[in-house]
Amino acid sequence: MDTTRRTFLKAGLLSAAVLAVGGGWYRITHPAPPHGFVLDGEARAALGAIVPAILAGALPVAPAERARAIAATTDRVHQAILGLPLGSQQEVQDLFGLLTLAPARRLLTGVAGGWAAAKEADVAAFLQDWRTHRFAVMRTAYAALHDLVLGAWYSDPAHWDAIGFPGPLKELA
Amino acid sequence: MSKESVIPDPVAAGLARGWQVFDGARATADRELTADVVIVGSGAGGGVTAEILALSGLSVVIVEEGALQSSRDFNMREAEAYPKLYQESAARKTRDKGINIFQGRTVGGSTTVNWTSSFRTPPTTLAFWQQHYGLGTYTEADLAPWFEMMEKRLHIADWPAAPNENNDLLRRGAAKLGIPTGVIRRNVNGCWNLGYCGMGCPTNAKQSMLVTTIPSALDHGATLVTRARAERLVLQGDMVQGVVCALLDAPGLRPTGRLLRVRARHTVLAGGAINTPALLLRSQAPDPSGQLGKRTFLHPTLVSAAVFPQRVDGYAGAPQTVYSDHFLHTQAIDGPLGYKLEVPPLHPVLLATTMPGFGREHAAMMRGFPHLQGMLALLRDGFHPESQGGTVGLNADGGAVLDYPLGDPVWEGARRALLTMAEIQFAAGATGVQVAHERAPRYASWAEARAGIAGLPYERHLTRVVSAHVMGGCAMAGAQHDGVTDADGRYRGLANLSVHDGSLFPTSIGANPQLSIYGITARLASDLAMVLTGRPAKRPQAAA
Repeated sequence: MDTTRRTFLKAGLLSAAVLAVGGGWYRITHPAPPHGFVLDGEARAALGAIVPAILAGALPVAPAERARAIAATTDRVHQAILGLPLGSQQEVQDLFGLLTLAPARRLLTGVAGGWAAAKEADVAAFLQDWRTHRFAVMRTAYAALHDLVLGAWYSDPAHWDAIGFPGPLKELA
Repeated sequence: MSKESVIPDPVAAGLARGWQVFDGARATADRELTADVVIVGSGAGGGVTAEILALSGLSVVIVEEGALQSSRDFNMREAEAYPKLYQESAARKTRDKGINIFQGRTVGGSTTVNWTSSFRTPPTTLAFWQQHYGLGTYTEADLAPWFEMMEKRLHIADWPAAPNENNDLLRRGAAKLGIPTGVIRRNVNGCWNLGYCGMGCPTNAKQSMLVTTIPSALDHGATLVTRARAERLVLQGDMVQGVVCALLDAPGLRPTGRLLRVRARHTVLAGGAINTPALLLRSQAPDPSGQLGKRTFLHPTLVSAAVFPQRVDGYAGAPQTVYSDHFLHTQAIDGPLGYKLEVPPLHPVLLATTMPGFGREHAAMMRGFPHLQGMLALLRDGFHPESQGGTVGLNADGGAVLDYPLGDPVWEGARRALLTMAEIQFAAGATGVQVAHERAPRYASWAEARAGIAGLPYERHLTRVVSAHVMGGCAMAGAQHDGVTDADGRYRGLANLSVHDGSLFPTSIGANPQLSIYGITARLASDLAMVLTGRPAKRPQAAA
C-alpha cells in the first residue's frame, strides 16, 4: 500500500464529514441548474473512471470497443439520473460536485491526479473502502454508484447475450 | 404486425369509447372539477373504491400522480418500466437509505407492477388486531365474504401450471428439510406464464386495477386525472372541501404550475402508506391520536441468491407460485420476528443492483445468470413490542420520506432468515450461496454458510434490505383505542374523509398485502356508498 492510500484511509473521519457537509457547501457555491442534474466535463471524467472499475470483467477488452462501451454507459447513467426525483438528482449532483474538486477528490478517494489519469485499481480500492466504510454517508455514496452503473449496463439489451438472458418475447416487446 | 392486433388493449378501447380521462401534463390552464367523491390514488384501495362508488351511482373523480400506461406501452424492459411505472424509478428509499422500497406510480398503482401473489389476511394477524386495537369487526368470518367477492372479481385462484424452477427449488429444498410449503394463488386470467409482471403485464392477464376496477369505474362515468399530485386537502373546520393537485410534466418530475382543484362531498385517500400520511401532514390535518404517519411497516425483506448446476431461468414463468409460512409460526406472533419465504423473479437490473459487490466477481456472478435462484424472507414487523416500524415525515420540499430505523428485532430476524434461506438452497442442491450482504463471500457449503452468516455484522447498508409492501401510518382502531382512523376507515378529526389503502393496517399483514387491501376496502367502500346514497352498494362483478 502506498503512502497516498494510507493517508486516504486514515482520513476516513474527515472524509465522511466532508461528504456530509461538503455537499451543502458545494450547493451554496454552485447553485443547482434549474433543469436538474448536469454531467459536465470533470464529472463526466469521474464517471469515466468509475464505470470501468465497477464493470471490470464485463466491459469489452479491445480498446476502441471498450472506450465506446464506457461512453455509452456513462450516457445511460446520465439518463437514469435525469429520471430520478429532483431531490435525488441534487444529491447525486452534490456527490459529483465534490468528486470534481481536486482537494475533496484526493481526500475522499485517494485519487491523486485528475480523473482522466486515474488507475482502475485505485478507483476499485476507494469503492471497496466506501462499500463497507464505518460512516453511513460513504456507504450510501457507494451504493448510488453501484446501482447506477450496474443498472445502466444490464438494462442495455446489447449486454444480455453475455449473461445468457434471451430477453422478453420479441413479438410482444 | 402491431402488438395491438395480437393483444387488444382495453384501456385504448375505453379511451376510444369516450372515457373521461385527462392527462394533467397536457393541461394548458388550471382546472376545476366537482364530484360526490374524490379519490386520491388509483391502486388497490383507490381502484376498488372507485368501482364500487361509481357502480352505486356516485360521481367520482380519481386523481393519480402517475401516467396512464397500458399493455401497448408495456414492453417488458426494466430500463423503461422502472422510471415510468415506479415511485422514484424503483429507487425510493428510507431516509437513511437503509431500505429500498418498490411502489408503483402509474394508473393501477402497485397492482400494475406487482407479482400477483394473493393471500387473505392471515387469521393470526386479524386476531392480534381484535385483541390489541379493538377491531372487533375484523374477524375471519366478517371478512370472508369480502375476500370472496374480490377473489371472484379479480379471478384470484390457484395457479394451475407447475411452478418454474426458481420457485420449485424453494419447494424441493424446504421439503428436504421437512419445511412445509404452499402454492400461491394469483390474480390472473389467461396468463401466458411469461414472468414480466413487474414491468406491467404485456397481455392484460394480470387482473390489476388498470384492467378491472378502473375501467369499470370509467365505464360508469368516473373521471380520471393523471399526472396530478395531491398537494393538500382544503380544510374548513372539521370538513374537507376538496383536494388541490399540482399537475406534473410528462416525465412526472416537475410541476407545470397548473393546478387541479376537485371539490367533493367526500374525500377518500388511497395513495399508499407513504403518500397518504404525507398528504395529511402537508395539509396539517388534525391528529388527535398523535399517531399520524407513525407505525409504518415494510415487511423488511432479506435476499439470498444461489447457484445451481442446472438452468433455473429465474426470469421465465409466473414469478411467485411457492411460499412457506413455516417461520411465521415457529414462535409467538409478538416474539422474535417471523418471516414468510418467497421467491423473486430474476431480471438483469433487479439482480445486478440487488447483489453486492462490483468488478470481476460481480461480472462472474452475472455470467451465471441462468443458473441463479433467488429467495426472499419477508419479516413480519409491527407485532414485537420493539418493532414499531417507521415514521412518515416531509422533506424540505414537502415530499414524503419514511424514516425506518432498523433495530435489533429486525437484525436478529435478518440473521435467522438468511440462515434459513441458505440452508434451503443448499438442501435443494445449490453449489454456492451468495446472500445480499456486503461482507458475505460466496459460501460453498451449508456448513460454511452457517458459520459465515452467523458471524456477519448486521448493520444498515451492509445487509441489503428491500421492501415492496408499505403498510400503516393511518392505523385503524376501535373506539377505546388510539388510532388515526376508525374501524370503518373514517379519519378521526375530519367528518367527510376516509382512508382506503394499506395505511389502515395497524401492523404489517404477514403476507403480500394486495388481497387484504382489496377485501377490506371493498367493505369500507360498500359501507361508504350506503351512507352517501342511502341504498345498499352495488356489488362489482368480474367481466366475462
